[in-house]
Amino acid sequence: MKLRTLIIRSSLVLSTAFSSMSIAEEEIIKVGVLHSLTGTMAISETTLKDTVLMMVDEQNKKGGLLGKKLEAVVVDPASNWPLFAEKARELLVKEKVDVIFGGWTSVSRKSVLPVIEELNGMLFYPVQYEGEESSKNVFYTGASPNQQAIPAVDYLMNDIGAKRWILLGTDYVYPRTTNKILESYLKQNGVKPEDIMVSYTPFGHSDWQNIVSQVKKFGSTGKKTAVVSTINGDANIPFYKELGNQGISAQDIPVVAFSVGEEELSGFDTSPLVGHLAAWNYFQSIYTPENEAFIAKWKTYIGDDKRVTNDPMEATYIGFNMWAKAVAAAGTTDVDKVSDALIGVTVPNLTGGVAVMNPNHHLSKPVFIGEIQDDGQVEVVWETPGTVRGDAWSDYLESSKNIMSDWSAPMSCGNYDVVAGKCSGAK
Amino acid sequence: MNFNILRIVILICFTWSSLVSAKSDAQFDKLVAKLPTSNFKSLAPLLDKIALSDDPRSSELLGRLSQGDVYFVPSSKQVLYMAKDAQGTRTYTDVITTQAIDTPQGRLKKVRVNNYIRTLIQQLQAQQNLNNPDKVIRLSAAKEILRDVDSIYTETLNKRLAKEDDEEIIDILDVIVALKQLKSGDENQLDDSLTVLKGSLEPDVRATLMNELNAIDKHSASSIKDIQRVLDTIDRKRKWYGYVENIFFGLSLGSVLLLAAIGLAITFGVMGVINMAHGEMIMLGAYTTYVVQQLFPDLLTYSLFIAVPAAFLVSGLVGIIIERCVIQFLKGRPLETLLATFGVSLILQQLVRTVFSPLNRQVASPEWMSGSWQINPALSVTFNRLYIILFSLSVFFALLVFLKKSSLGLHVRAVAQNREMAKALSIKSNWVDAATFGLGSGIAGIAGVVLSQLTNVGPNLGQAYIIDSFLVVVFGGVGNLWGALVSAMSLGILNKFLEPLTGPVMASILVLVGLVFFIQKRPQGLFPKKGRAE
Repeated sequence: MKLRTLIIRSSLVLSTAFSSMSIAEEEIIKVGVLHSLTGTMAISETTLKDTVLMMVDEQNKKGGLLGKKLEAVVVDPASNWPLFAEKARELLVKEKVDVIFGGWTSVSRKSVLPVIEELNGMLFYPVQYEGEESSKNVFYTGASPNQQAIPAVDYLMNDIGAKRWILLGTDYVYPRTTNKILESYLKQNGVKPEDIMVSYTPFGHSDWQNIVSQVKKFGSTGKKTAVVSTINGDANIPFYKELGNQGISAQDIPVVAFSVGEEELSGFDTSPLVGHLAAWNYFQSIYTPENEAFIAKWKTYIGDDKRVTNDPMEATYIGFNMWAKAVAAAGTTDVDKVSDALIGVTVPNLTGGVAVMNPNHHLSKPVFIGEIQDDGQVEVVWETPGTVRGDAWSDYLESSKNIMSDWSAPMSCGNYDVVAGKCSGAK
Repeated sequence: MNFNILRIVILICFTWSSLVSAKSDAQFDKLVAKLPTSNFKSLAPLLDKIALSDDPRSSELLGRLSQGDVYFVPSSKQVLYMAKDAQGTRTYTDVITTQAIDTPQGRLKKVRVNNYIRTLIQQLQAQQNLNNPDKVIRLSAAKEILRDVDSIYTETLNKRLAKEDDEEIIDILDVIVALKQLKSGDENQLDDSLTVLKGSLEPDVRATLMNELNAIDKHSASSIKDIQRVLDTIDRKRKWYGYVENIFFGLSLGSVLLLAAIGLAITFGVMGVINMAHGEMIMLGAYTTYVVQQLFPDLLTYSLFIAVPAAFLVSGLVGIIIERCVIQFLKGRPLETLLATFGVSLILQQLVRTVFSPLNRQVASPEWMSGSWQINPALSVTFNRLYIILFSLSVFFALLVFLKKSSLGLHVRAVAQNREMAKALSIKSNWVDAATFGLGSGIAGIAGVVLSQLTNVGPNLGQAYIIDSFLVVVFGGVGNLWGALVSAMSLGILNKFLEPLTGPVMASILVLVGLVFFIQKRPQGLFPKKGRAE
C-alpha cells in the first residue's frame, strides 16, 4: 500500500517539482488530496483528485500563494473507510499539509472527522451530504439537504403538482437521514402519511422488478406521484433500465435523483432516462462565461474532449478558491487564522453568481433542477431565485431544529442549542 | 393551473385550424426560424402554432423534436434534423427545405425540450393521429388521449367512433367517452358510463374513478355508492393480476438463481468440489459478452447469440485449467479445495481489474430485450425477464438430456456414484472430472451472459451470486438437478412475495433465517441424492 502511494505521489510531485526545485523546503505550501483512486468510489473520486491538481497547477502559474509554490500531496484511501482516517493522519503528521481536499461518502468523512479535529487540520468536503453535522475543522462546500432535497421537493410539489411521494434510497446513513428530513418536511406541508412510501435497498441492488411495479401501483391512484431517489452508485443503472422496461416515463412518474450527475450518466445510454430529474447546485449545461472557461480548461488539462464536469467539481473549485483567498487575506496558512478569514469569504461560482462561506462552514449556493437529456447532459428547468444558505442542522427534524452552528467569535460553536442557550458540543 | 389553460388554447386552435384551411408555407418557415431563440416558456405557444399551421412538415418536426433530433447552427440559425445510423454516422436534413445538407461547420446547438413540452407534443400528435389511416398509429393516439380525456371534445370522438372499424380502438374510445360522461357529473349518463368502465382495467380509469369518489359535491350519495362498487370490481381484478405478476417476478428471479446455481449443482453436487471461484466463472461470462459487443459493434442485435457459446467456451476452458492445475491435486480435502479456489477467485478478480479496469463496463441490451409485453392494462411482462425464464429452462432441460442420454453424461453419473467401480470399468475418471468441471463452469459462463443484461458488469459481479448459488444447491439437495430447479423457483417466488410486505432487505433476511431452520430440520435438502455411494 505504502509503495503504491509513494509511486502515485512521486509521479505527481515530479510534474510540479521542476518548477519548485530551486525553492527551499519552507517555501512550499502543501495541499493534501484525500480521494479514493481505487475501489468502488474511484469512478467518482478520481475526477476530484484531478480537479484539485488542476487548481494547484493553475495557482502556481499565477505565482503561487504568499510568494510560495503550492505542492499537491496525493494519497489513496482506496474506498476503504478506516483507511481514510489513517491517510488523513499521515497527511497531517508526516506530510504536514496545510489543507486537505477530500472525501466523498459520508462514512469516509465521519471516519476522518476525529483525526482532523484532534490534529487541528483543515478539510474541504465537496459532496452533497445529509447535514446534521458541523465541525470547526471541516468546510462543507457541497449541498446540505436544504440546498438540494428540499428545493427539489418544493419544485415537484408546486410546479409539477405532486401529491404522492415515493422515497427510494440505498440503505445507509445519507439516504436514511435525508428521507427522515423529507418525510418530516412533507408531513409539515400537509401530505398524509398514506401518501408517502419509503423503501430502502442494499448497495448494488439489481433486481428492481418488484419495487418498480410497486411504484407503478402507488402512482395509479389518480394523484400525481413523484419519486425522490437517493439511490447511490451503480444500482441506479438497473433501476432506470427497469423503469424504462416497465414503461414508466418521466411524464407519468418523474424521478428526481440526488446522486446522479453528468459523470454518472456519461458513457450510458440515457434515452430511457430522458425527462427524469436531477437536483444540484451546478450543471455543465449552464451557460456562463466562467463555466465555459472552466469546462475548456478541464478538457485541456485532462486531454479528453469527452470528459464532463459536475457539481462536486464545482464545489472543489469553489472550496479551493476560497481557501486561496483566505490564505492570501490571513497572510499565513495557520489553520485557526485561515478558518477565521474563511468566514465571509466570497468567490464567483461557475453558474454566474457568488458563493459565500457562512459562519456555519456551509456555503450559500443557487439550486437548480434539471431534466436529463438523451446526450447525458442535464437541462435546467427550474432554479431558486437567489442563493440558498446551507443549513448544518435541519429545521425539519425534531432533534435538530433548535440547534444552530456559528463558528465565528464570540459564539464559536458547532451545535448551539437555542432553547437551552448553551453549546452542547466541544468548542 | 396553466396546463389547463393551455389545453383549452389547443382545443380552440384545433377547431379553428380545421375551419381555416388556408395554409401558407411562409408561416411555417417563419415559425421554424423562431426555434433557435425560444426557451421552454416560449416554445409551447410556438409549437401550438406550428401544429395548427397545417403544414405537411409540421408533424415530422413535432415528432423529431420530442425525440431530440432537432439542432440548429448557432451562427446562421439554420434549423436541421440530425439522424444517426447504427455506425454512428450523422446525416443532416434542413427542416424547411427537407433536403439533405452537408455537415455544418462548428458546434451545433440542440433545440431542447422538457417533460412539459414532450407531453404537449404527444397531445398535439395524438389529436392529429386519431384520423391516421394506419391502425397502429390510431391505437397509440387513442391511448394517449385516454391519459388526458379533457384534451378532446366529445363531438370529435363521436365523429371518429362513427368511422372507426377496429374493435380495440373502439373499446378505448368508448372508455374515453364514458370517462368524459362520468367527469361531467351528469346523473343520467352515470349508469351508461359505469357499465362501460366496469370492465376496464386501465390505470387511468381507476384514477378517474378514485378522483370522482371524492367529488362529493358533484355526485349524489347513491351514485357515489355505484362508483365505489365499480371501483371495487376493478380493484379485485387488479389484485388478482398483481398475484400473477408477483409469481412472474418470482419465476424470473428464480430462473436467474437457477442459471447461476446449476453449474454449481454439477461441480459441487456431482463432483463434491466446493468451488469458491464459481462466481468468477459467471463474471468471466459477463465480460465475454462485453468483449463480443466490442469486437462486433455492428451485430448488437445478435451479440447475445454469439456471446452464449463464446462465454461457455471461455468459462469452460478456464474451469478445465483450474481443475487440472489446482483441484485435481486436492481431491478429498474439502477445506484445502475451498481455500485454494477462494484464492483462484481473488486472482481472477484482480486479473479482470488489471485487464479491463476496476470500473463497471457497459453491456448494451439489444432492442428485442427491452420493453414489455402488455397482456392487459393491469398486467405486463418485461421481455428481458420473459426470455431469461425461457432460456434458463431450456438450458436446464438441455443439461438434463445431456446427462441422461450422452455417453459423457453416463460417465459423469457413473463417476459420481462410485468412482472406484467406474475406474474398474475403464472410465478415465480424471478426464471425466475435468470435463464435468468444464461443463459446470461453462454453464456459469452462460449465466454471466444473462446477468450482463440485468446488472452491472464489474469485477465483483460473481461475489454477489456465489452465496445465492450455494443456497439454491444446498436447499434443493446436493447432487440433484431437479432439486436445484424446485429450490431456485421457490426461493425466487418466496422472495418476491415477501418483498412488497417487508422491503427487499428484510425479505432476504427472512428467507435466509427460514433456510437456516429448514437445513436444521432437513440437512439433506429438499431432494436428497439417492444411491448407495459413500
